[in-house]
Amino acid sequence: MMTDPGTTPSQTVGPFLSIGMEWLHDPYVVPKGTPGAFWIRGLLVDGAGTPVPDGIVETWQADPQGRFDHPDDPRGAVARTDGFRGFARSMTNAAGEWGVFTVRPGSLPALDGGTEAPHLDVTVMARGMLQRVVTRIYFAGDDRNAADPALSTVDPSRRATLIAQPADDGYRFDIYLQGDSETAFFAV
Amino acid sequence: MTHLILPRYVRDDGVHPPLNSPDYRSSALRYPKKPLQLLPHGLTEITGPALGHQQVGELDNDLTRQHEAEPIGQRIIVQGRVLDSDGRSVPDTLIELWQANAGGRYRHVRDTWPAPLDPNFTGVGRTVTDSEGRFRFVTIKPGAYPWKNHHNAWRPAHIHFSLFGRAFTQRLVTQMYFPEDPLFGQDPIFKSVPDPKGRQRMICQFDLDSTEPEWALTYTWDIVLRGTQATPFEGDDNNDD
Repeated sequence: MMTDPGTTPSQTVGPFLSIGMEWLHDPYVVPKGTPGAFWIRGLLVDGAGTPVPDGIVETWQADPQGRFDHPDDPRGAVARTDGFRGFARSMTNAAGEWGVFTVRPGSLPALDGGTEAPHLDVTVMARGMLQRVVTRIYFAGDDRNAADPALSTVDPSRRATLIAQPADDGYRFDIYLQGDSETAFFAV
Repeated sequence: MTHLILPRYVRDDGVHPPLNSPDYRSSALRYPKKPLQLLPHGLTEITGPALGHQQVGELDNDLTRQHEAEPIGQRIIVQGRVLDSDGRSVPDTLIELWQANAGGRYRHVRDTWPAPLDPNFTGVGRTVTDSEGRFRFVTIKPGAYPWKNHHNAWRPAHIHFSLFGRAFTQRLVTQMYFPEDPLFGQDPIFKSVPDPKGRQRMICQFDLDSTEPEWALTYTWDIVLRGTQATPFEGDDNNDD
């Protein structure tokens, strides 16, 4: 039985989210032209296989050294001078496409003493969704995936839904809200 | 290597609407059908972006001063604090807000119901909370509007709020409602929140003391994000270390 912590409940972003959120639509985690930077692109797809045109994808990640500019990181905050933001917001377009321009984050020390493989945390919201869903993007071919404590809790048959695959200008990561290919989502 | 000690954010899943809420018809194809996997709060989850300081302009919290003239409608002030569930304020955090105009129409290409647009109202604002988590918007009271969820469906007047908090775990998008709205009972979005106490927390309060004489009615609304379990709840299963 969960105690009621008294938090404010979530509600849907509704169909008109773009008027409130488009102003901060900025897919650039790192500035254009950053050496080694690439796109992660994908579709947001509903249970009928239809792309979602009224959705939003936000990502948050460590820098390539696995550090954050944040006071709660016990290793210390790393102040930014290089334009690295860690954050990106991409509103889906009419075809349900989204994308973020970024660099691969470093690995992170994990709570259990192990190591978290490079990953992005992802928030997905849309009309029809009464709260956000959260997933993670990992990178195909990264040796560190095998020992990642979060990835290893996911049913092996579904781990592939969390791994971005190489594409022409970076990586491909489609998000399926339902269906045979339903993306593995996390309770955060 | 020293053991990593991080804040642990309270899990409040029971407060929020189920993603599968059949009365809200649009949810049918947009909720995960497979169980969610519990994600421990590591470094990515307990950190988050500090947004807004560069982007938010001085007048962005006043939706009545974005055009040549004032918008039509009841001028209101919406103010309050952003707190966490431990009672601590959440300072310096971005709030985004959007809403319909007084006639219940959004300035959005897909909103085509026959209520007039107001050339003096965009319906979009933002602000950053102060050092005590306080925020203040000046706007007009939004109207109710019909939608096609069920026969004779109307959304109660509401304002959309988007918050980041200080960590990825605290991200919240919600809607603020107005007291004693007769449309609550038929609204599947409002009623998707399972607990009546939770529903009450989405409703602002009319605040006569803060109402500005001969200027604007004030509504007060505090927004509560997840805290870090600084004091474990009694009966909480915290015996794992």
